[in-house]
Amino acid sequence: MDAEQKFTSRTWPESPEKTTLEGKNKFLGFWLFLGGETVLFASLFATYLALKDKVPSDDHALAIDMFELPLVFIMTMLLLTSSLTSVYAMYHMKNYNFQKMKTWLIITVGLGLAFLGFEIYEFNHYVHEYHHTFTSSAFGSSFYTLVGFHGAHVVVGLGWFLLLLIRNTNRGLNLYNAPKFFLASLYWHFIDVVWVFIFTVVYLMGMVG
Amino acid sequence: MSTVAQKQGFLAVLWDYLTTVDHKKIAILYLISGGFFFLVGGIEAMIIRIQLAVPDNNFVSAGLYNEILTMHGTTMIFLAAMPLLFAFMNAVVPLQIGARDVAFPFLNSLGFWLFFFGGIFLNLSWFLGGAPDAGWTSYASLSITSEGHGIDFYVLGLQISGAGTLIAGINFLVTIINMRAPGMTYMRMPLFTWSTFVASALILFAFPPLTVGLFLMLFDRMFGANFFDVSMGGNTIIWEHLFWIFGHPEVYILILPAFGIFSEIFATFSRKRLFGYAAMVFATVLIGFLGFMVWAHHMFTVGLGPTANAIFAVATMAIAVPTGVKIFNWMLTMWGGSIVFTTPMLYAVAFIPSFTAGGVTGVMLASAAADYQYHDTYFVVAHFHYVIVGGVVLGLLAGTHFYWPKMFGTMLNEFLGKITFWLFLIGFHATFFVQHFLGLMGMPRRIWKFLDGQGLNLFNLISTIGAVFMAVAVLVLVYNIIITQIKNVRVGNDPWGDGRTLEWAIASPPPFYNFKQLPLVRGLDPYWIEKMEGNTKMTPAEPVGDIHMPNNSFIPFVMSLGLFIAAFGAMYQVDWRASDGESFVWAIPVLIIGLLITLGSMAVRSLKDDHGYHIHKEDLLKDDEGGRE
Amino acid sequence: MATQQSTSANPKVNYEYRRKKAAEEMRKHVTSFALMIFVTLIAFIMVLAGFDKTFVYPVLLALAALQVVLQLYYFMHMSHKGHGAAALFLYSGALVAFITILTFLTIVWW
Repeated sequence: MDAEQKFTSRTWPESPEKTTLEGKNKFLGFWLFLGGETVLFASLFATYLALKDKVPSDDHALAIDMFELPLVFIMTMLLLTSSLTSVYAMYHMKNYNFQKMKTWLIITVGLGLAFLGFEIYEFNHYVHEYHHTFTSSAFGSSFYTLVGFHGAHVVVGLGWFLLLLIRNTNRGLNLYNAPKFFLASLYWHFIDVVWVFIFTVVYLMGMVG
Repeated sequence: MSTVAQKQGFLAVLWDYLTTVDHKKIAILYLISGGFFFLVGGIEAMIIRIQLAVPDNNFVSAGLYNEILTMHGTTMIFLAAMPLLFAFMNAVVPLQIGARDVAFPFLNSLGFWLFFFGGIFLNLSWFLGGAPDAGWTSYASLSITSEGHGIDFYVLGLQISGAGTLIAGINFLVTIINMRAPGMTYMRMPLFTWSTFVASALILFAFPPLTVGLFLMLFDRMFGANFFDVSMGGNTIIWEHLFWIFGHPEVYILILPAFGIFSEIFATFSRKRLFGYAAMVFATVLIGFLGFMVWAHHMFTVGLGPTANAIFAVATMAIAVPTGVKIFNWMLTMWGGSIVFTTPMLYAVAFIPSFTAGGVTGVMLASAAADYQYHDTYFVVAHFHYVIVGGVVLGLLAGTHFYWPKMFGTMLNEFLGKITFWLFLIGFHATFFVQHFLGLMGMPRRIWKFLDGQGLNLFNLISTIGAVFMAVAVLVLVYNIIITQIKNVRVGNDPWGDGRTLEWAIASPPPFYNFKQLPLVRGLDPYWIEKMEGNTKMTPAEPVGDIHMPNNSFIPFVMSLGLFIAAFGAMYQVDWRASDGESFVWAIPVLIIGLLITLGSMAVRSLKDDHGYHIHKEDLLKDDEGGRE
Repeated sequence: MATQQSTSANPKVNYEYRRKKAAEEMRKHVTSFALMIFVTLIAFIMVLAGFDKTFVYPVLLALAALQVVLQLYYFMHMSHKGHGAAALFLYSGALVAFITILTFLTIVWW
């Protein structure tokens, strides 16, 4: 099988993720999937914007009452940095340096986990401090759905990285797993793209009023 | 690995189909299950027409009528029309572009099983406390207050089958972009491939809003969210928008592949190349683009304001232009051609006036001011049945006759085929033409019964008689299929004698690897070009070599089964919570077990390498000498 | 599974060149990362400063758009060759996304 073929850093092709036909198909298919995901998140954003601050009575907390800039800022920095670390991982993948790629991916996973921890803290905080829950108002439903969908994507991305790392720990790079690593990192960047809009539209604009 | 087919036992065949990743077998699976759901939806249609045959009828109760009406629409759109189109796309598109399979054979199978289990789940509602009853559009204010689990079946069933559709769409896009044979440029692709391409792009962008809409409905009904509950700040218009942002492209997802099938049929049986090929391609893409800009014409009476209504009215009318381009191109393809009136060609010829009638009422409905009168009357029912039956269903019936030999290696009986055609065409116009007038007389749609003495009796009776004609036509078709398969007279690669595109250049049905050598494409209608130069076969673009094939897999079936099981848990946990943990204690465990089955099979898929296998050159050459059975 | 070399016919010959190019690109990545952090800071500071929302909203959206472009073209390599179809579908998706959001901001009754 030439998919399992051994390479050296000198024979390793320039775009290992697109060298085989399978790789090319996966690469394109995944980009198309991201196109669909764009519309999926747009629908969620649209729903959130239509239902923002729509609460049954005046004693419910609104966006401007709840959101806190420092927390969002830390989360943003964590996710942005994890985007850079996964770029580093792909840089080493293209240079056929498996060990360094693994290291950077593990750092990425760590940052992702930290982000997730803050998100759980944040949700918990809103529920207990402001009684802002999934069922308390239309605003609550749409907020937790939008941000929660993003959080679920983070979980999937982390699970994907971990599965790939576990499966390939002792195998090194080949043309069969290189596209998989590449796509997982594309997915991770896309998660970051969505977060850029979440922190801008939900948090920053929510803070302005 | 020999390719000579062997006599297999029933279980072996069943196992083969449960695990297959071959696009031709998946096509057959889609055809059988789509055909089954088509019959189910047809029976529901007949019950509707029987109930409305005479005034003040009591054939079914009002509640049951609502369920039948909802399930008729939902089944026909999601579980019959789309899968049947997928059947032809799967069977034909890889062959038309000269590929050995689709880009993602595994996902192809997963897409099918998701659709299948979603459809079964939805229809199980009949036996588990009642079907959904809020119309196929399931508008939020009505559907969140619907009692029982009907709407839950709708939401979960469509969610599962919708995921399958999205997967299928991405698969066709990548196949068409990446897997074309040497020389098959975009502007040499047959029109059916082009329309599949555009329809798949529409699927890619139209299904996510449906997914979100269904999630919101699911959260509202099953997990206490408040998206559509106005007293909690919710807004029911959100559902309408999300549904129609999906729903309008959906009708183009249905009609464009039907256009593609007809384009192939017109060119083949006029023995002329398609007139205005480039304009046809452009019109297809333009319809796809405009299809996303018009959804609010379903919502003219919601009160979005005159500006929004005007914009969407104009955009809707604009679609008539590329559609008109297509109608004229089909007619000019026939002009001066040496036409053969085979069964598929009869359908194609009948399609033009039938569909145009639906298009004309479409422009009438698009005029927002007038729509206030037509809205929610039988005029609308007549309009969309003219485009969907007169366009999509005629296309599916034509495609069944046209591509049957390629899929099964036998020819459907032409005489019986023509009987089906005439019965269906007469029945179709009798059923739906009079409904225009019923609508203009003021008969509301979705109504359970009508009263005597309002001038509605005669047309309703005619409509019911027409429906009987269509039912008989379908029965004749089923009979035709059965006797054809019993007689089992095998046909060659080009049974119509006038095949133009690549699928007619290889055996019927094709060997499982499709092309032993990828063909060299030298222009539009490549097989016709070779025939005109006196060749019987395509010129190969590569020497005979090993062919890489994907392995069969049972994982797609298990993955879909897991979601199917999880859906029951998600649904009955509502009762579990309502009973304070007294009954339905199994609901949450079932939900978790189902999800674990799905996630576990995904993990197996990702942890276990699957490199496929190779058919060796020697075996391919041996095949040639021995010939196929 | 035909193994095809896309651009460089013989990877051994181009090895040094490729390494250098990759390193250069990595420097660009770091630069764009710095830019992204900077843009994020500006966005947060603007909100803290409490400007009027008619001014803040458009600027925030523009900064977000800039950041997304950096992600797509640098981190996700959309500037590389062979991304034509990917870009076509991503932008089509973005168009549908834009129309959807515009709708929900204007014609959902309130």
